[in-house]
Amino acid sequence: MTMARQLRTQDLSAGYDARVILKDISLEVPAGRITAIVGGNASGKSTLLRTLARILKPKGGSVLLDGNVIHDMPSNAVARIMGLLPQSPIAPEGITVVDLVGRGRHPHHGLFSRWNAADDRAVTDALTATGIAGLAERDLDTLSGGQRQRAWIAMTLAQQTDLLLLDEPTTFLDVAHQIDVLDLLVDMNLSRGTTVVMVLHDLNLAVRYADHLIAVAQGGIHCQGTPADVLTEATVKTVFGLDCRIAIDPVSGTPTMVPIGRHKSGSVRQETQPSK
Amino acid sequence: MTLIIDTQAAAPAAHARNRGTRRAVMALSMLGLCLVGLIALTLSCGQGCLPPAHVLTALTGADAGGADFVVNDLRLPRVLMSLVVGLCFGLGGAAFQVMLRNPLASPDIIGISAGAGAAAVFAIVVLSLEGWAVSAVAVGAGLGIATLIWGLSSGRGAAGARLILVGIGVSAMLNSVTSYLLLDAPAWDRAEAMRWLTGSVNGAQLVQVWPVVAALVVFGGLLALSARDLDLLRLGDDAARALGVRSDATRFRVTLAAVGLVAFATSAAGPVAFVAFLSGPIAARLTGGGRCILPAAGMTGAVLVLAGDYAGQFLLPARLPVGVVTGAIGAPFLLLLILRANRNGGTL
Repeated sequence: MTMARQLRTQDLSAGYDARVILKDISLEVPAGRITAIVGGNASGKSTLLRTLARILKPKGGSVLLDGNVIHDMPSNAVARIMGLLPQSPIAPEGITVVDLVGRGRHPHHGLFSRWNAADDRAVTDALTATGIAGLAERDLDTLSGGQRQRAWIAMTLAQQTDLLLLDEPTTFLDVAHQIDVLDLLVDMNLSRGTTVVMVLHDLNLAVRYADHLIAVAQGGIHCQGTPADVLTEATVKTVFGLDCRIAIDPVSGTPTMVPIGRHKSGSVRQETQPSK
Repeated sequence: MTLIIDTQAAAPAAHARNRGTRRAVMALSMLGLCLVGLIALTLSCGQGCLPPAHVLTALTGADAGGADFVVNDLRLPRVLMSLVVGLCFGLGGAAFQVMLRNPLASPDIIGISAGAGAAAVFAIVVLSLEGWAVSAVAVGAGLGIATLIWGLSSGRGAAGARLILVGIGVSAMLNSVTSYLLLDAPAWDRAEAMRWLTGSVNGAQLVQVWPVVAALVVFGGLLALSARDLDLLRLGDDAARALGVRSDATRFRVTLAAVGLVAFATSAAGPVAFVAFLSGPIAARLTGGGRCILPAAGMTGAVLVLAGDYAGQFLLPARLPVGVVTGAIGAPFLLLLILRANRNGGTL
């Protein structure tokens, strides 16, 4: 099992170059749980995740990992505690699955240490956990989108970190593979106690899979809490600018959002916004 | 191999990795054999062929009745120069290509070699420098050109087409500087001018070889220390940094090392055309998936220079400097890569 890690921010401002996208954010990621960051396009949810992951330098305030300012910690030390799957990582031409997953072992090595049996075990575990052990020798280019995403997740698993951050791990996947990847993350969370933080595009999947939801809007956190608390018609209106109804997901029993558009919304449309 | 411990738990990963390693080892051994063969060929067969026993006696310093001069004074410096220059170009070229994730981003295409060459010619013709001083000026110019190109093309990801186009422009400018300086130096004969235009190991002397050997040790060592981090940069900046790589520091070290290697080699043998550009992609095909790509690229570079020089001297109807031969191989390959890159934006 993994150690419980405390990841929180203190008056964090984040952005790129001269542009500040998020201001004065204070949040704490619940240890050992799954947190989803949701928000509209360009709301800053990826910026928040990348700043948490120490990729972006804060414009103000700080990210604290177990009480230490994360940007003052050595890169290698952070990489042994926290893994990140970026939104669009680059697959080097001709790399095999096992070589890619093996890259995850980098933070566990010094300048002169050699590949050892512990590395092989970690890679095998990661391949097995993601169900791609049979594809170990294949070229990454020859895999399907879903398999490739499993290989990338396997790489972060081989890193053996207590915290795992993922930036839209389900983009470009069909609905079956989206469910597949999210189930896999829950498996990791349950079996290893890994704390998961992910940016998700699909609000309903976020509500179903996350224990904790952070809604980002207008340069800050609009609200956070359990999905049931966060997912209200008012929140969706503010965060996404969308009218909706909240229903109960007949499968998971969690709340689910049913959007109201200009068309195909039946009688509900007139109720919400009477036509002029 | 220490795989006996707990083979059960580690078996699939170990098995799959070993297959990859075997291929890389095969490729490196093959390149090593090629190198040994080419060195032996160049030392023993030139205008006339010497029996291997005579070559060995001459190399050990014993009196070999005339073979001594041919082997030690004519062929050995030339072989050593080809070897180290090829290693430098191969390593430096592949380092750039891997770092910028683009095979077109090799130092001889983006102007680093042209800058080092122009600076070396300037140092010799105008400043009347020689030896180490020439190399120092070449390295300085190489770093300056790298900074200039980085600066001109910054903003939208250093690996972009922008950097390559800027580099090609800078390269053309610097080549014209070299041509101008050569026109202004009437004391030089055509052969010497050829060295600075396309690269040549003709008339190499041992004293010229040592600075390149030193560069190989220092900058090659620096590159070796950064090799693992460089390899992770291929996954993209975010992924590399999440794995604990300090991406900016790594890029700085790799740039310094690659420019050092290329500039020293250029100041000794001229910008041997396309060796830096060809070595990386050839090595990547041989090793598969880029494992051990840097050493393989270095060895490929040495094979190209040795084979190119031998062909230019003895196999072709006219005596040609090595750069003409490698240039003739490189140009069509460049076209091929541009066509391929247009289709899939390919990486190394």
